[in-house]
Amino acid sequence: MNHLVIAPLLLPLLAGTILLLLRSSDTPIRRGISILATLVLVGISLALLLHVAEHGVQVYQLGNWNAPFGIVLVADQLATIMVLITSVLAAGVVLYAVRGSDHSGRYFHILFQMQLFGLNGAFLTGDLFNLFVFFEVLLIASYGLLLHGGGRKRTRAGLHYVVLNLVGSTLFLFAVGTLYGVLGTLNMADLAQRMSAVPPEDLGVVRAAGLLLFGVFALKAALAPLHLWLPGAYGHTSAPVAAMFAIMTKVGAYSILRIHSLMFGPDAGPLAGLLDSWLLPLALLTVVAGTFGVLASRRLAEQAAYLVIVSAGTLLTAFGLGGAEAFAAGLYYLAHTTFAAAALFLMAGVLSNARGATEDRLTAGPALPKAQLLGGVFLVIALAVSGMPPFSGFIGKWLILQSSLDVPDMPWVLGVLLVTSLLGIMALARSGSRLFFKVDENAQAIGQTSVADLGAPIGLAIVGIGLVVYAGPVYQFAQVTADQLVQPGGYLSAVLQAAAVGGAQ
Amino acid sequence: MEALIAIVIGVLTACGVYLSLRGRTFPMVLGLTMMSYAVNLFLFVMGRLTIGAPPIIREGASYADPLPQALVLTAIVISFGMTAFVVILALRARAELGNDHVDGEEYPR
Repeated sequence: MNHLVIAPLLLPLLAGTILLLLRSSDTPIRRGISILATLVLVGISLALLLHVAEHGVQVYQLGNWNAPFGIVLVADQLATIMVLITSVLAAGVVLYAVRGSDHSGRYFHILFQMQLFGLNGAFLTGDLFNLFVFFEVLLIASYGLLLHGGGRKRTRAGLHYVVLNLVGSTLFLFAVGTLYGVLGTLNMADLAQRMSAVPPEDLGVVRAAGLLLFGVFALKAALAPLHLWLPGAYGHTSAPVAAMFAIMTKVGAYSILRIHSLMFGPDAGPLAGLLDSWLLPLALLTVVAGTFGVLASRRLAEQAAYLVIVSAGTLLTAFGLGGAEAFAAGLYYLAHTTFAAAALFLMAGVLSNARGATEDRLTAGPALPKAQLLGGVFLVIALAVSGMPPFSGFIGKWLILQSSLDVPDMPWVLGVLLVTSLLGIMALARSGSRLFFKVDENAQAIGQTSVADLGAPIGLAIVGIGLVVYAGPVYQFAQVTADQLVQPGGYLSAVLQAAAVGGAQ
Repeated sequence: MEALIAIVIGVLTACGVYLSLRGRTFPMVLGLTMMSYAVNLFLFVMGRLTIGAPPIIREGASYADPLPQALVLTAIVISFGMTAFVVILALRARAELGNDHVDGEEYPR
């Protein structure tokens, strides 16, 4: 067994525990530990990714118990790519947070590390109940982060977010219980193998459990009509937390992709393609609903939150199209949209500080100091988010559109994605002109801007530009990952044969 | 026995759903709690109902499935912690928003 697989879990857990013990120490010490742990996590994630790309799927048996009975962590390419995206995003967010926004409460860095622990666990686990546990870990950390700093609107949005997710957790457990009751296992690879042999009288029950799971993940991924909680929660929390939450909807999308390709894939017999008839229409509906929100937003952070909904819809459109090409396009888009959305949230935070009392409302504000620099960064991020060339959003959307050409629903996909992209560009252009060109002479520029605050959004934008420069290798990697998803044989044999090898040791 | 358990889970879930759709935070928290009780009971009986059998596999002897018992312990701990959190959050919302409506504002009747 390779212990590198469990390192992305242990490091944030350890860092979070140390931070908890040092909670009353000086701020620079806590910030230093948090930054150090996050940067080391980036290195570990990269090492794991390269290792898995070279040596194939890695399985880690906790307690050395064999796979269908013990709990396993499985690092396949999809899981490691998600872990790497998470850790790079976290590095950007923590570098922004230490500029001052972590000061509004005492436990920011502890909760932040625990959030990373939950996220990495959810990506790496190969067990359905374990996935539930890691969901709860990342959710309870996210409750704390969401409410961090306090305030009326934040509390109200937080209450809705917490209650909806508690209901979601209950439904998740009902689905897990049903699957265990019928199939007698919770290991995802083992579940996938038993899907094709479900007796006809149990098909309805398994189908209900599968759709219940889909509903729960759709709630996390903000798939319409379960997206209404997101704008309030993301739009009212602090900038670094909202930026970190850019990966949270992707956890839902990742889980949908995992059960869609593994448990209800082409080998699942009568249950194959259980989600096919739901995923694409709902994803396109999400894109449309999100775009209306983008057009109607009155604050930049709220607009960014609706853009997260649009991106979740676009991503699930790609996953709903099915096939290796669409999965690869979706994975490229996933990497792009996570960084772009996070950069936009951080930019909203910088602008909100700079504009003083006007905050990030899309109305005329005071004349900004360093307006050209701020405007330039905003322009780059907005172009990337809206999918304009030469930025990564354009390549992502182009790949998705290209993969939809052979599908019967092609007119719908092309129509919806192209029209909503245009509307998104219009909305962001309007926001930019209101933020930077309209100056209210009476407003006082009491806010402060420092170039260092811009470091994190610029850094994330540079990562996005890196996705363009290295689009070839990144897309090739995404294609290999997609091939693994379409043919889950490698994943299944790695998990279930590790049992035989591990038992012999 | 199976029918009785099924009815109990059904009634608990129905009460939980009804209460969690109420407009005040206290009935809502009670509803969430009832739903978590229902799901715990549901998880527990997913290993089938066995009477007088130990959760250990032995030659020839009947046994109770130990896995749902472990799952339900985990689920109880998590739902207990989450309930405590949501109670505190509801109290804070009551203090900050000035009322106990889930939307933070009273609607005219």
